Amino acid sequence: MAQHQIRVTVNGSPHEARVESRLLLVHLLREVLRLTGTHIGCDTTHCGACTVLLDGEPVKSCTVLAVQADGREVTTVEGLEKDGKLHPVQEGFWQMHGLQCGYCTPGMMMTSYALLQRNRNPTEEQIREAISGNLCRCTGYVNIVKSVQYAAEKLR
Amino acid sequence: MDPKTTAEVSGMGHSMKRKEDPRFIRGQGRYVDDIQLPGMLHLDIVRSPFAHARIKSIRTDKAMKVPGVLAVITGETLAKFNLHWMPTLMSDTQMVLPTEKVMYQAQEVAAVVATDRYAAADGVEAVEVDYDPLPVVVDPFKALEPGAPVLRTDKKDKKDNRIFHWEAGDRQGVEREMKAADVVVKQDLYIPRIHVCSIETCGCVADFDRAMGKLTVYMTTQAPHAIRTVFALVAGHVGLSEEKIRIVSPDIGGGFGGKVPVYPGYVITVAASVVLGRPVKWIEDRMENIQADSFARDYHVSAELGAKRDGTMTVLRIKTLADHGYADAAANPSKFPAGLFSICTGSYPFKQALAEVDGVYTNKPPGGIAYRCSFRVTEAVHTIERMVDILAHELKMDPAELRKRNFIPPEKFPYRSALGWEYDSGNYGAALDKAMAIVGYADLRREQAEKRKRGELMGIGISSFTEIVGAGPSKQFDILGIKMFDSCELRVHPTGKALARFGTKSQGQGHETTYAQIIAEELGIPAAHVQVEEGDTDTAPYGLGTYASRSTPTAGAAGAIAARRVRDKARKIAAYLLEASEEDLVWEPGKFSVKGAPQRAKTIQEIALAAYTNHPPGMEAGLEAVDYYDPPNLTFPFGSYICVVDIDRGTGEVKIRRFVAVDDCGNIINPMIVDGQIHGGLTMGMAPALLEEISYDDQGNIQGGSFMDYLLPTAMETPRWETDKTVTPSPHHPLGAKGVGESATVGAPPAIANAVVDALWHLGVRNIDIPITPEKVWKVLHEKGVAL
Amino acid sequence: MIPASFDYQAPSTLADALRLLDQNREGAKVLSGGQSLLPLLKLRLGQVEMLVDIGKVPGLDYIREEGGTLRIGGRTREVELERSELLRSRYPALSDTASVIADPLVRNLATIGGNLAHGDPANDHPATMMALGARVVATGPKGQREIAIDEFFRGLFSTALEPSEILTEIRIPAPPPRSGGAYVKLERKVGDFATAAAAVQLTLGAGGAVERAGIALTNAGPTPVRAREAEKYLVGKKLDEKTLAEAARLAASAARPSADRRGSVEYKREMARVLAARALEKAARRAEGR
Repeated sequence: MAQHQIRVTVNGSPHEARVESRLLLVHLLREVLRLTGTHIGCDTTHCGACTVLLDGEPVKSCTVLAVQADGREVTTVEGLEKDGKLHPVQEGFWQMHGLQCGYCTPGMMMTSYALLQRNRNPTEEQIREAISGNLCRCTGYVNIVKSVQYAAEKLR
Repeated sequence: MDPKTTAEVSGMGHSMKRKEDPRFIRGQGRYVDDIQLPGMLHLDIVRSPFAHARIKSIRTDKAMKVPGVLAVITGETLAKFNLHWMPTLMSDTQMVLPTEKVMYQAQEVAAVVATDRYAAADGVEAVEVDYDPLPVVVDPFKALEPGAPVLRTDKKDKKDNRIFHWEAGDRQGVEREMKAADVVVKQDLYIPRIHVCSIETCGCVADFDRAMGKLTVYMTTQAPHAIRTVFALVAGHVGLSEEKIRIVSPDIGGGFGGKVPVYPGYVITVAASVVLGRPVKWIEDRMENIQADSFARDYHVSAELGAKRDGTMTVLRIKTLADHGYADAAANPSKFPAGLFSICTGSYPFKQALAEVDGVYTNKPPGGIAYRCSFRVTEAVHTIERMVDILAHELKMDPAELRKRNFIPPEKFPYRSALGWEYDSGNYGAALDKAMAIVGYADLRREQAEKRKRGELMGIGISSFTEIVGAGPSKQFDILGIKMFDSCELRVHPTGKALARFGTKSQGQGHETTYAQIIAEELGIPAAHVQVEEGDTDTAPYGLGTYASRSTPTAGAAGAIAARRVRDKARKIAAYLLEASEEDLVWEPGKFSVKGAPQRAKTIQEIALAAYTNHPPGMEAGLEAVDYYDPPNLTFPFGSYICVVDIDRGTGEVKIRRFVAVDDCGNIINPMIVDGQIHGGLTMGMAPALLEEISYDDQGNIQGGSFMDYLLPTAMETPRWETDKTVTPSPHHPLGAKGVGESATVGAPPAIANAVVDALWHLGVRNIDIPITPEKVWKVLHEKGVAL
Repeated sequence: MIPASFDYQAPSTLADALRLLDQNREGAKVLSGGQSLLPLLKLRLGQVEMLVDIGKVPGLDYIREEGGTLRIGGRTREVELERSELLRSRYPALSDTASVIADPLVRNLATIGGNLAHGDPANDHPATMMALGARVVATGPKGQREIAIDEFFRGLFSTALEPSEILTEIRIPAPPPRSGGAYVKLERKVGDFATAAAAVQLTLGAGGAVERAGIALTNAGPTPVRAREAEKYLVGKKLDEKTLAEAARLAASAARPSADRRGSVEYKREMARVLAARALEKAARRAEGR
């Protein structure tokens, strides 16, 4: 098994690790770096619970190899908060009851965060489209849309 | 209903922000797979590709050579400890690991334990199993034919594939009424097998501490105490003793009933930890979850509904074949093998009714009720609400009008149904009227008529369901003999803060907030100061867990009663402090004051301090209470849902244009949380109605065994739900509250199915079984010559 | 969900990538976006000895129109195609296609080269490329060669690419005035493969008659299906209800779908017809500037 020395910046901090080629990025984050906020919900790249930002764009970290992230920047849910202050996306989900069991929430928030970076005033349709790669079984999406709208307003 | 407490106290009726959210939004939730213990090993499972086969041999030598693999566990290993079979919650038996044959595709065959999950996965690939395929039984009707292979050869003297026969009602009375009816509508309905697919799959970390002789299992379970007792009973003979078993249910990523059963994976992992003396983690992947864990539904229903010419419904007869897979591992209360299916008389006062269900074995995974169904209430409500709509269309009556004509009127509650349930309260007409007003029913019917002239297909479907939740009273309800009470242990600290522990276990329902609100309501201690804990059997009082919408009806009640006991003691302390008699004290949330002298008062916080520093002589110190609540009855939430659909004549796609849901769950603790439950439940009602289905080919190969083909709705398929409420309190619940978690999953599917059939009735369509896929609709359009 | 072991290389030049592929012809595969390949490896449904990641090779992602040809780099991500104003205004069929591939998260990594090179007739780009009359550029150790899209798909998961070649560019002739295209996909839910889908590219003459028609179907056979009969039928005709319906019928008759959970053969063929009609209508509207 080939092993690789990789350097990945996660939430602004550089990390080095020696990993197998086949190690999935989500496992690098959860098992090696012990950042367990990113979750695993399926095995066919459907559910999006594992969504993180790779160089600022939301991707499913279960379908990225850790070695592909060498030299790149990853942002996880743990990186949303700055100096103990919640990001408006986090506030929005709390305020508008955008989560119930919380399992899809980190991935949902990372996708929402990225959406609002690109589009400061998304319509409901645009929000639903943006999160269509993130499955939720608890909320029925209604309050997730409201959470993103709340965050958009706070950010404007 | 206006809240009686201030926003600061945040008792009932406040849409308080959830107390549990801060950790989840920071990614600091603690789910089972987040748990890492020193020396922890990983377990992965080898599964059968065959639905029915004899195991000729299992060779583990290659697997043992995989770097990192420490052990391979087979049925032979467990048989040494008599752990290769285990009881199910319905007193059937199922295999933990097989020694002779496998009975469903994806059945557990062996387990590999390794130092990390990658090595465990490699180990699984390297285990070699030789199978001798056996004839497969997948059709439950064929399973009952004489000459069908008998599947449960492990049961001595078993000569067929029958599991149980259950019935309720008066067979002769029903026959008489059917003969006397002016009109009888009949319909066969198949409610297919589905899987709940919470985003977190199942798993556990079993940690047997050899030095202490104690087993701790972190587990995705909705019922930790029941699990503990079951483990003690099942493995008592190998030295596991209940006082030395701790089940910890940490944060759970959705349960919906799928995390109630005891899956073989849990038992194998516990065995591995006990044998190896190290923590062992098992987390199933999604395909394992769908293909092996407990399914839901799979009811073949044959229904007949009799009525007078004017639409008065008089009699109902339902015969059902229940496909349970190879073992009855449903998690029903023990006296109810068909759950609460006898709620099938619904919101209507049938004079006579008969419901019978026959359970049958097939070569499929075991189970039966794991998908937010309230113990088969989804099946019951789907049946009655579809039949009511069919009757309405047969009689050329408006479906809303027919329902209103028949509803049990509000003054008849408590109402005893023909099948023996005493409905606590209801006001069905008000909920339907409200839904009709919100959706603009009359205008929609006009629009439908115009569109029909132009050949456009639009449908309106109603579902006016009665739910039955809160299991349940000890005289009727038990799981494996354990009565279905629930509990609260409440302790108020010297500084006026409180700790409340419950026997239930939230998997997203917000108990850390809602239970705190109940305590706040009763004691006036701000909900923000009430710490709620659940899920650790070492500390929580015994309870039966959270499923079937039972938490508020049982544990919520226990919380209220415990708080009232605390308040009773607080009154005594207040009387002592104020030098007044108890009868002269007046209570308002948060304080006792002297009648006529309101300035002479003691807050609950002052009383709490006094309980530890200045309590009355002769009284014990402290301020706490425990209640084990045995509900006197179930509670009966209800609602009316109206669904408007437009059908694409080219593709057969059904688009939900509007969906209005009016729910009544009695007095509401947190409106925002109730709305959230409805939104989620509606989505889990729509999915089976339009998208989800698990089926098997004739070799028992699963179709729809991954998210590629098992279709969960995204935000794009999910409509914008419109919700509202009526409030009809429960007369027997201490808070007047009913459960609500499953109402929407129960009520939504027939509303959608009714809408589609309503759109097509004029073409001669009476029924389309769910899931109503575009192809099913297109087939009908094509047959009727109206496909584009 | 854990792949078997493999080696991994991330060369920083195209030449190095080609050399690695050439040296490992039996067991090496190109890793582009990975959104088709990694899911297969995770299910252990495909063995690979080495992944050659071309993610660090510069100069392979671009969208530009020059000298009458649209050139798209093989490593261009779907999200770039989706967001491209150039494509939206001049190559709407491509825009339509990119926006219905999988879901938005997958599109942030998936590449057009990967979508074509995977050889899966259920992928969305192949049909659109056929309708547009594209050519793909395969770069190998001996240099570049152009392959007409009609010759590119050989069979199920099999293309004309040699094991040591990388799909580096897609070339599409710039459409003349009065051209329009569309891609219409029927899927059970967002993220699914097509139950049926139709790609259309039309050019109309000054009088409104069809000068050129490209029509192709997704997931209608072991390779993407070119509906040649339908195309021939339309040339020289004005598009009206009748000709549109007939073209759609002819297009569907070229479909050879297999039955699966998405639908029976009959349903899929009928949907090919319905969607071809809708795509023709949309393409015609765009060609007429409406």
